[in-house]
Amino acid sequence: MSDDIETEFETEGVEKKFMFLNRKAPYGTIYALEMLETVLISAAFDQDVSLVFMDDGVYQLKKGCDTKSVNMKNFSSTYKALGDYDIQKLYVERESLEARGLTVDDLTEVVYEDEDDDWAEKPAIRVVSRDEIAVLMEEQDVVISA
Amino acid sequence: MLHLVNKSPFERQAFESCLGVARKGSAILLIEDGVYAALKNTPFEAKVTEAIKDVKICVLGPDLEARGVDQVIEGVEVVDYGGFVDLTTEHNPVQSWL
Amino acid sequence: MKYGILINEGPFTHQASDTAYQFTKAAIEKGHRVLRVFFYHDGVNNANALSEPQSDDRNLVKLWGDLAKEHKIDLVVCVAAGLRRGIKDQVLAEGFRISGLGQLTEIGMAADRLLTFGD
Repeated sequence: MSDDIETEFETEGVEKKFMFLNRKAPYGTIYALEMLETVLISAAFDQDVSLVFMDDGVYQLKKGCDTKSVNMKNFSSTYKALGDYDIQKLYVERESLEARGLTVDDLTEVVYEDEDDDWAEKPAIRVVSRDEIAVLMEEQDVVISA
Repeated sequence: MLHLVNKSPFERQAFESCLGVARKGSAILLIEDGVYAALKNTPFEAKVTEAIKDVKICVLGPDLEARGVDQVIEGVEVVDYGGFVDLTTEHNPVQSWL
Repeated sequence: MKYGILINEGPFTHQASDTAYQFTKAAIEKGHRVLRVFFYHDGVNNANALSEPQSDDRNLVKLWGDLAKEHKIDLVVCVAAGLRRGIKDQVLAEGFRISGLGQLTEIGMAADRLLTFGD
């Protein structure tokens, strides 16, 4: 790499809306796992982060994933930890859930502690309609998909 | 906002999911295998024609040429890579339907 | 306008890297600046110096390196995604550097637009 290429950019004081769009099922491909790694890193930058799960992406949050017999790393429990990284907004599209015969009870529970409400534990997963997702997407500064 | 769709609508859900959330004033650019959604005489033509009333739909010309297709639905705008760049300056965010 | 580009696929199986390359060239021709291209998932394979396409095919590894040199674009390969796939300093093509995933969030913050190219 030439020395004259700029590798650091001014980001001080920047706070943007980042959305991570998940539309793929877990385990069949690596996208869900590596997207989760991106999300965890992004938490360190104090941005306004949200995750959207739609289409087969809703399967990423399915409870009870057991990967022992396929000998793959089970990352399903990592979603549970997102609250600890202060990621508070996991939007799940209602239409995608319904089309797959799922309800919110089939999904892993993810909670965060609300600092504005005496650190009360609150659910991070919010089931919202397609129209609400559409509005959320338009509000973003950055949408990252995999 | 600008939606980028690179999947054939015959194979994947991406284009129809995109149509489901694309709101008035936004734009959709069909690239790579997504360009097949811009063609006449497919089951998707009626949906495209309906969507065009609210949403600007464009298709990447070089990807049409590479695939030997040119029967583009009326109202769908063919753009080159420069036109692709212009769409990204006019709209934000830019979201890929992978 | 300042751009960041995210590439999720390698140079051969998918068209993603080709489209990203053509887009980047067109953006520069229009007077915009592409600050950084971040290579993630199988996209790290775009930085493999050992890649040898047939002589009548384009060589995206070299094309990216040349474009970056000419227009001072920061080409960043994700270290975690790279390690999994054997893309390390020993095989890193000219013009690329290896760094952390935080560089993706950072360019999302610094650029006016971030575009994802993948499958």
